[in-house]
Amino acid sequence: MRALAAQLRLELALVARNGESLLLTIGIPVAVLVFFSLVDVLPIDGEAVEFLAPGTLAMAVLATAFTNLAISTGFDRSYGVLKRLGTTPLGRPRLVAAKALAVLVVIVVQVVVIGLTALALGWEPDVEPVPLAGAVFLAIAAFTGMALVVAGRLRALAALAVANAAFVALLLLSGMVFPLDELPSGLRAGARSLPSTALTDAARGALTAGADVPGRVWPVLAVWAIASLALAIALFRWEPSD
Amino acid sequence: MAAVDVESLTITYGRVTAVDDLSFRAEAGEVTCVLGPNGAGKTSTVEALEGLRRPASGRMSVVGLDPRADHRALTRRMGVMLQEGGIHPAVRVREALRHAAALYRNPLDPRALVERLGLTGLEGRPCRQLSGGEQRRIALALALVGRPQVAFLDEPTAGVDPAGRQVIRQVIADLRGEGVTVLLTTHDLDEAERVADRVVIVVAGRLVAAGTVEELTRTSGADANVRFRATAGLDTGSLSGHLGGPEVQEVAPGDYLVAAAPTPSVVAAITGWLAEHDQPLADLRAGRQRLEDVYLRLTAVAPGARAADRLPGDAGPEPSPPDEDEPAPAARAAEPEPSPPDEDPPVPGGGSGDDTRDDGEGGAGDDDDRGGGGGG
Repeated sequence: MRALAAQLRLELALVARNGESLLLTIGIPVAVLVFFSLVDVLPIDGEAVEFLAPGTLAMAVLATAFTNLAISTGFDRSYGVLKRLGTTPLGRPRLVAAKALAVLVVIVVQVVVIGLTALALGWEPDVEPVPLAGAVFLAIAAFTGMALVVAGRLRALAALAVANAAFVALLLLSGMVFPLDELPSGLRAGARSLPSTALTDAARGALTAGADVPGRVWPVLAVWAIASLALAIALFRWEPSD
Repeated sequence: MAAVDVESLTITYGRVTAVDDLSFRAEAGEVTCVLGPNGAGKTSTVEALEGLRRPASGRMSVVGLDPRADHRALTRRMGVMLQEGGIHPAVRVREALRHAAALYRNPLDPRALVERLGLTGLEGRPCRQLSGGEQRRIALALALVGRPQVAFLDEPTAGVDPAGRQVIRQVIADLRGEGVTVLLTTHDLDEAERVADRVVIVVAGRLVAAGTVEELTRTSGADANVRFRATAGLDTGSLSGHLGGPEVQEVAPGDYLVAAAPTPSVVAAITGWLAEHDQPLADLRAGRQRLEDVYLRLTAVAPGARAADRLPGDAGPEPSPPDEDEPAPAARAAEPEPSPPDEDPPVPGGGSGDDTRDDGEGGAGDDDDRGGGGGG
């Protein structure tokens, strides 16, 4: 327990100390939320904040559980940190557990900051907590698996590039900032099978008055969660790449 | 019982054999030094003992435990200093030590360790701001914080300045005094001679000699000789004639080996010949060889026998992970200054532009793509 707590504390200290992590996990989602809520350019009926608050929450989960985790784990691996910790009593299972808990803690902070910001902008959510928590949990599993595939195979700088590029692509293809209907129809079908799209749809359904979580999100999230974690277990390397 | 027991250890990376049927022991409470040229398989061997590498075959026991099957139990009793890296550059010194201490049941006081390793005053610094030598000392501190029974130190003084080396050697001596088994790798002969009770010399993955420094450097009657240094290019034939026929070789420029027992008359004859030719004598050594002499002789012969086993086009992916960036050992023996370079390999692309190694990218030189990682 003490070892796990020490590792969690260190993980969180490193996130809090790293400007890029804070920009990615808190700065960008909050800036998007505030900017597009105040500047009326989105093709949305009604209040923009009602559309953007769930979208930016989904973006925040993606930023933490995928992008930031992929980058930080990629560097941990290249520094030999993962390798050294493997020789201590911490062991790999508790190292993974500490990283997962750190992701959860950061997401809680993001939800609070983004939620309060959205409320200040006039957001009036209608929360369905159980489906929301279920979708977020499955999405975290899916994103974490994807992050570990990237971090466990690529060199640190390549992982950084891929994680950032994928973040931007998923951001644009998942209906987080503007509705999917705006996408060309060919792209739309593919976009609907992404875990980030499923999370965004679920968040919007679970937080918007008069809306429900569409049933199609569950198989998408479940398949991505299982497949990406299985792939991560198969592909992850603990030692630095050349 | 030996604290570390290696029996017929073989480690392969794909088709390349890094460690080949290697057997040796490290006795409890002693400092054992695994010595060998770059690429000899030292790091692979140590990492197998740490449980990080799955051997192709062979048996290993560390303080009575199997490094892989009993890995959890072993982690509580061993301390590991990797050949490089292992520490996050943004972590502060104090933080790194406290974190490491929290992983063990009965750790040393981090403050006392900071003092012991001469790191006082650096506690608040992020590790990226430390010099290479300071980073090695932190890595050593992290290896020791859990009061290990056995410490694996992979090139602990590589890239460390003389004062830092002194500190590290003192710590190693103290560990022996405390009854800790120390297994360290180095290609620094001087270091091995100073700190080791026992030396295991490995070349191309094979054991070529093992024993105490005393045993290895003792001169038997058969190979008694005299070595001296003088101007390069002396007429060795003339000297040989003057001495009555023993073989005289210039083993390196200005470094001569006379195959004759170091009797006073032989020594007098050598100096007499030099006086006759008006040649200053720089250095004269008789009787006991230095570890360096033994090492160079062994490493010069052994790899020749292995050359045929090497794969064609072996220059690219090398048999042993990180310490493989040097010419074949045979080539080295002829070099005038045989003491191997102990700098780390250059680290390409330094992330944030300061002169310390805060990046860890690229320099690692490890063996991912050879299937080393994975398991466990």
